[in-house]
Amino acid sequence: MQEQLIARAKELLADGTVVRVLGWRKGDTDFSAEPAFFENGNGLDEFTYDGFCGANLSKYMIAASKLEGKTLVFLKPCDTYSFNQLIKEHRIDRDKAYIIGVGCDGKLDIEKIRSAGCKGITAVQEEADTLTVETVYGNKTIAREDAVLERCKACKGGKHVAYDELFEGCDEEKPAKEGRFELVEKLEAMDPKERFAFWQGELSRCIRCNACRNVCPACSCIKCVFDNDRYDTAQKANTTSFEEQMFHIIRAFHVAGRCTDCGECSRVCPQHIPLHLLNRKFIKDINEFYGEYQAGEDTDSRAPLTNFTTDDVEPGIVRERG
Amino acid sequence: MYKISKSKMPELLALIAGKMDLFLPVDNNGTVNFGLWTEDARVDLDTLKTVKSPKDAFFPQSEVLYSCYRKAKKTTIEPAALKDAPFAVFGVRPCDVRAFEVLDKVFLSEPADVYYAARREHGIVVSLACHEPEESCFCKVFGIDAAEPSADVAMWQTGEEYCWEAKTEKGENLTALVVSLLEACEDTQAVEEEKAKIRDLVDRMPNSHLSLEGWGQGKTKERFDDPRWKELSDACLGCGTCTFSCPTCQCYDIKDFNTGNGVQRYRCWDSCMYSDFTMMAGGNNRTTQMQRFRQRFMHKLVYFPDNNDGMYSCVGCGRCVEKCPQSLNIVKVIKRMGGTK
Amino acid sequence: MCNCGSEEKKNALLPQVGVITDIRRETPDVKTFRIVRPDGKKLFEHMPGQCAMLCVPGVGEALFSITSSPTNKEYQEFSIKECGCVTNYLHNMEVGDEVMVRGPYGNHFPVETVLKGQNLLFIAGGIGLAPLRSVINYVLDNRDNYGTVDIVYGSRSADDLVQLKEIQEVWMKAKDVNVYLTIDREQEGWDGHVGFVPAYVKELNMTTDKTALICGPPIMIKFVLQGLQELGFDKTQVYTTLELRMKCGIGKCGRCNIGSKYVCKDGPVFRCDEIDELPNEY
Repeated sequence: MQEQLIARAKELLADGTVVRVLGWRKGDTDFSAEPAFFENGNGLDEFTYDGFCGANLSKYMIAASKLEGKTLVFLKPCDTYSFNQLIKEHRIDRDKAYIIGVGCDGKLDIEKIRSAGCKGITAVQEEADTLTVETVYGNKTIAREDAVLERCKACKGGKHVAYDELFEGCDEEKPAKEGRFELVEKLEAMDPKERFAFWQGELSRCIRCNACRNVCPACSCIKCVFDNDRYDTAQKANTTSFEEQMFHIIRAFHVAGRCTDCGECSRVCPQHIPLHLLNRKFIKDINEFYGEYQAGEDTDSRAPLTNFTTDDVEPGIVRERG
Repeated sequence: MYKISKSKMPELLALIAGKMDLFLPVDNNGTVNFGLWTEDARVDLDTLKTVKSPKDAFFPQSEVLYSCYRKAKKTTIEPAALKDAPFAVFGVRPCDVRAFEVLDKVFLSEPADVYYAARREHGIVVSLACHEPEESCFCKVFGIDAAEPSADVAMWQTGEEYCWEAKTEKGENLTALVVSLLEACEDTQAVEEEKAKIRDLVDRMPNSHLSLEGWGQGKTKERFDDPRWKELSDACLGCGTCTFSCPTCQCYDIKDFNTGNGVQRYRCWDSCMYSDFTMMAGGNNRTTQMQRFRQRFMHKLVYFPDNNDGMYSCVGCGRCVEKCPQSLNIVKVIKRMGGTK
Repeated sequence: MCNCGSEEKKNALLPQVGVITDIRRETPDVKTFRIVRPDGKKLFEHMPGQCAMLCVPGVGEALFSITSSPTNKEYQEFSIKECGCVTNYLHNMEVGDEVMVRGPYGNHFPVETVLKGQNLLFIAGGIGLAPLRSVINYVLDNRDNYGTVDIVYGSRSADDLVQLKEIQEVWMKAKDVNVYLTIDREQEGWDGHVGFVPAYVKELNMTTDKTALICGPPIMIKFVLQGLQELGFDKTQVYTTLELRMKCGIGKCGRCNIGSKYVCKDGPVFRCDEIDELPNEY
């Protein structure tokens, strides 16, 4: 499949449709592919698309939209939701993108493979349902299902919502996964004290590296409020309670209604904080208050939180429900 | 040399913690970081790499330097108290021990940083050899021996026991404190076997034989304008994951916090990867992520060696290799750019 | 080793309280502040070209060059242009107000070594006179140790010339000192030279038997240096100062480096051939 993708990219470069390719470059191991621009197709031989290409490339299209010429970008189904949302927010220029939709069976999380007890990993072989992990301590086989990213366990389904062409075999829709809100429901069932303790426990690990914010396609402000030197909150703070009580919660509020649940925040968190749960709580609430809504499904509808209708939920109801 | 069985370790830790602050790897919901020992802390001496390095013990992520109070237009300055009692940092890996030496070069060079110096003076480092090295490790490249930690006390994991050896006067003092729980051990065979095993494993790690050719002292001109910085940094998010997990990154910011009753001047870790790191009223001399990315690696691999007799400010702990959200890291930089003239 | 009981180590990050004893308005956006210790004594001893951190608790801290000469035994002066948070605040302060001061930091112009016995050519633009004023007054106070002194100073307009009173009343009257003033554009009431500093330097056809000290906006420094080279100056004959974002002032916070050099510690004074050795990132 990789060869075909490279070949198609070369065709599009050759006929002048695009001037660069945004994809992934092979890493020095099986599990370290990095997002990469291939200017004029240079270095395309190092292009890869494998189980570890979890990174959502949509946000890079903000930068690519400012460049001369069209960029060929490879997007997985869930990435296309972010792409659409960025179009809706006028952050990227649709005319500057040529999208090839690529299929996805769930992307792998090397950290999960590590926590399954694999140390000294030298290679990861993917078979249908299993992974063979070669390590200096011997080989290990683990179920693929146990090694996929958290977001893939709540997959929205295999539908591309934005593309110029679909890579062959990508048009068959996969069903969305059930149980996306299970953990949110668990949190809702807690009493406030318990819930506060849960979040304090999780958020106290935050080291304020800003990876969640910087990777988030919904965090596309040119200058983040937390980078404003005029506030004590600028990028780094002197109290841990700030991360616990403000930063992530403000961020979650700011992306509410715009978050497509791409799960990049939780993927990149070095401290494994389940940040997606904050966003999912908002999504669940929006669904319940305003009717089912999926951010990024289209580019022109009005989002529930930016649209007033007479059917809108009354504040009193929200307050009662908590 | 002494030994202690694994089952007795909690007792030893409690004994130390009874006498002084004890920092050691603690599991918090599956994530292991150095933290203060408490009775119910889930101590984890098996995890090789804590997410954050133990540098917090000497250079905390955030600390108050002094406080200012104003009364009737007069200002008084109250410096923060310096560490004045012994404390132990337990279970430090050999690469992280070397990282303290790197930090020393910065903070103890004239004029010495008194806050750091006080902590170094009172801190006792108990190191643990790397029983099971991992693929992201490349300490060997920087001449670090994962089997022979150079700390105040060195420990090795041998089967169901830990071997314990004091290496400095501070280490002897700590040993005296806990000697009732230790068992003398003249036979060093088990330790020698463990060392040999570690060295063999390290040797087989994929990045243990990286070439540092093209890096080091005097390579600024050769490396600085290399066009490959652009492709290497294209995917960089400009977050601080690498710098904050790194044991040697030491850049800091100094800021004010208004408590409502005076102003605390505090310092906190900063990251050269952040967009406003070098921003000043008159402009910014690093406006692109490429420049910021280049700064980080040039600092570790060229500038620091330039200023410190060739010593690199990377210890090969591999945290950035494991943690970079987009899989960019110093190993890739060394591999793709090094070795050329 | 325990240092308990021994002499307390100096904490380089800890400021001392300074009291503003005089404020002079130089130009619409530059004021000169005179600062001493609360007991009226001098804050510290420094050398020409060195800097100090001024801090307003709750507002911030910034590095400024010390514009008074070390030969002044009573106080330090700072000429400060209003251009950011800290400087705005300072500009609204009054005589008797307190600021925190720490320093001095950095290297200095080699007035006691290389520059001794030399003919000196000072070239400054705008607020760039601040660090050079320290050297000029040091040289004038030790006049016998140096050769001829030429001062070329320019600014946007006549109103933007800093330390004009001292220039006219002291420097212009001093022995073997030539002062050349210029402003960027014609202005009513100005009968002096009009034109940019770099062009004026070339016009003056300065001979190469001098050591040049330049300070001003980066673009001016660049063109002055070009001009001097065209006149036959070698880069080893030219000194200048650099400025970058700084937090600690002691080479540890890690942000003012250009390559392996820290501007706060290895600078701010550099010989121009040394700057050539640095990567182009300033």
